[in-house]
Amino acid sequence: MVDTLEFEEPVAVLLKEIEALSQRPQTEGRDAEIAGLRRRVTQVRREIFSRLTPWQRVLVARHAARPHMLDYVARLFVDFTEIHGDRRFADDEAIVAGFAQYHSEAVLVVGHQKGRDTQQKIKRNFGYARPEGYRKALRAMRLAEKFHRPIIVFVDTPAAYPGVESEERGIAEAIAYNLREMALLAVPILIIVTGEGGSGGALGIAVGDRILMQEFAVYSVIPPEGCAAILWRDAVKKVEAADALKLTAVDLLKYGIIDAIVPEPDGGAHQDPDAATRAVDAALSDALTRLRAEPAETLVNRRYEKYRRIGRLGAGIVDIPTTGTTKNTTT
Amino acid sequence: MAWFKRERKPITPPDRASRVPEGLWVKCPRCGQALYHKDLAANLHVCPKCSHHFRLGALDRLRALLDDERWVEHDAGLRSTDPLSFIDAKPYTQRLEAAVEATGHNDAVVCVTGRLDGTDVEMAAMEYSFIGGSMGVVVGEKITGAIERALAHRRPLIVVSCSGGARMMEGTLSLMQMAKVSAALARLDRARLPYISVLTDPTTGGVTASFAMLGDLNIAEPKALIGFAGPRVIEQTIRQKLPEGFQTSEFLLDHGFVDMVVDRRELQPTIARALRFMRPPAEPAPSPGEADEAAKPAGSPPENAPAR
Repeated sequence: MVDTLEFEEPVAVLLKEIEALSQRPQTEGRDAEIAGLRRRVTQVRREIFSRLTPWQRVLVARHAARPHMLDYVARLFVDFTEIHGDRRFADDEAIVAGFAQYHSEAVLVVGHQKGRDTQQKIKRNFGYARPEGYRKALRAMRLAEKFHRPIIVFVDTPAAYPGVESEERGIAEAIAYNLREMALLAVPILIIVTGEGGSGGALGIAVGDRILMQEFAVYSVIPPEGCAAILWRDAVKKVEAADALKLTAVDLLKYGIIDAIVPEPDGGAHQDPDAATRAVDAALSDALTRLRAEPAETLVNRRYEKYRRIGRLGAGIVDIPTTGTTKNTTT
Repeated sequence: MAWFKRERKPITPPDRASRVPEGLWVKCPRCGQALYHKDLAANLHVCPKCSHHFRLGALDRLRALLDDERWVEHDAGLRSTDPLSFIDAKPYTQRLEAAVEATGHNDAVVCVTGRLDGTDVEMAAMEYSFIGGSMGVVVGEKITGAIERALAHRRPLIVVSCSGGARMMEGTLSLMQMAKVSAALARLDRARLPYISVLTDPTTGGVTASFAMLGDLNIAEPKALIGFAGPRVIEQTIRQKLPEGFQTSEFLLDHGFVDMVVDRRELQPTIARALRFMRPPAEPAPSPGEADEAAKPAGSPPENAPAR
């Protein structure tokens, strides 16, 4: 049984009722009652999820049972073969890279991996990648470029790892370098944000030609808690911060940061990972078919234009006539 | 038990209002030396006693680096429209207005064409006093514009960073500026044009994790705070005090992420030497006065049109 979130309380009540009933001896009437309750669960859940607040979406995106990169890899790809290490320092298990078959085509898959139980979470550093992770990702992507293979990236990280060794080994440089080099990779790059798009930690592997986002995923410049602590000087204001940051898929589509929203089953991807995977599959294969048709040069030029358009005159920027600011200044 | 006890008046702090006119004297925060403001300015805002580097505003930075203290500014009128309609403790539009009022700039970077040691350069200097020098859509757009001008005119690019990172109040639009500027830098790099990144106190977050770290040369001013995550965030993560000197220019030099740490008074000649090394050999040195856009009168802003 998947844990229900706090705001799913009406669902939790119904589920408890169902469980109590199923403990008792089976009768026809009782079966009918249970079936009725199950229908009610679906209905109530649909209602709740049709009007989630941004903060509630953050909670869904972080849900421990939410399918992670490797859950999708297992369902979507054939012969996934992981490669390790950045050939510089270490292998970072918070980012996974490997090649696989996707609908009979060789592709490179890269993504954050969070880990589900305690042991795995520690192994994956809770999805907080270190510099090695970003460098491994780029090394793998260069391999894809060398052999003309498309790249599929799963994004799901709270942030790049904010630790001493991250800074010592140049986390900022690793991300910056990826941003620059991914802009020029001459193969299709397809991004899907499946959980938390955690700021630079997400973007560091997420420069691409088409950016998809699952319905209840979030993507933000800073976690709502951090934003609240800085701007409100009160971490409790995370709910307000989540509102203000416009981090939902619908917002990001509106601002032209993502290209499409991938629907999720009622109650979120973790309620029905197979159904979630089918939707992801449909969106990925459709996008990939379109990108494959483009010559590499067109891809790279369009990719540049795609980012070039984010924040421009008429969209987030106005030009205020100035007097005397354009000048030869002497004092 | 005290052997000698005496009523003592607590030492009262002096009136907050100083009798010295505002800004005439400055106390060095490092060595405590009282400095006459004009002397400090003449020394590029470096303490003559202990070499503490005071933070420099964008215009002072341009004056310190560009020939004859002259330049042509670009995109000066660009201003954020508050695309997220962001409200925290107070509306972002109010913060913007206050910052414009306080700094005289429309956002946190000034982009110009000027000359450095006789070479036409595109230069961007960040203004920390404008919302912590944070990068939103305007900063991203203006720096991208500077890079595209550098490409179009085959000029070197110099960016002086001084920033807390991406601007929260513009959300993921700010975040995407990191990708936008870096994509433009990719083109500049492949076009074999020089890019010198100067990192000053402080350079953190999304600015470090994009253009500040991507220079052909990364030059840091002494003892600047340079990093990705803020020191407090890291302390919360590791639950320990951070080591002395962590995330300073010297720390980055030790770990191989900046090419050199240069005293501000040596910055201009250092950049000039780098540009001499980086100048494409095929190009003849421009004769004096030729293509000298910096010398054009103020009334005709030839390049004031926003970059596409």
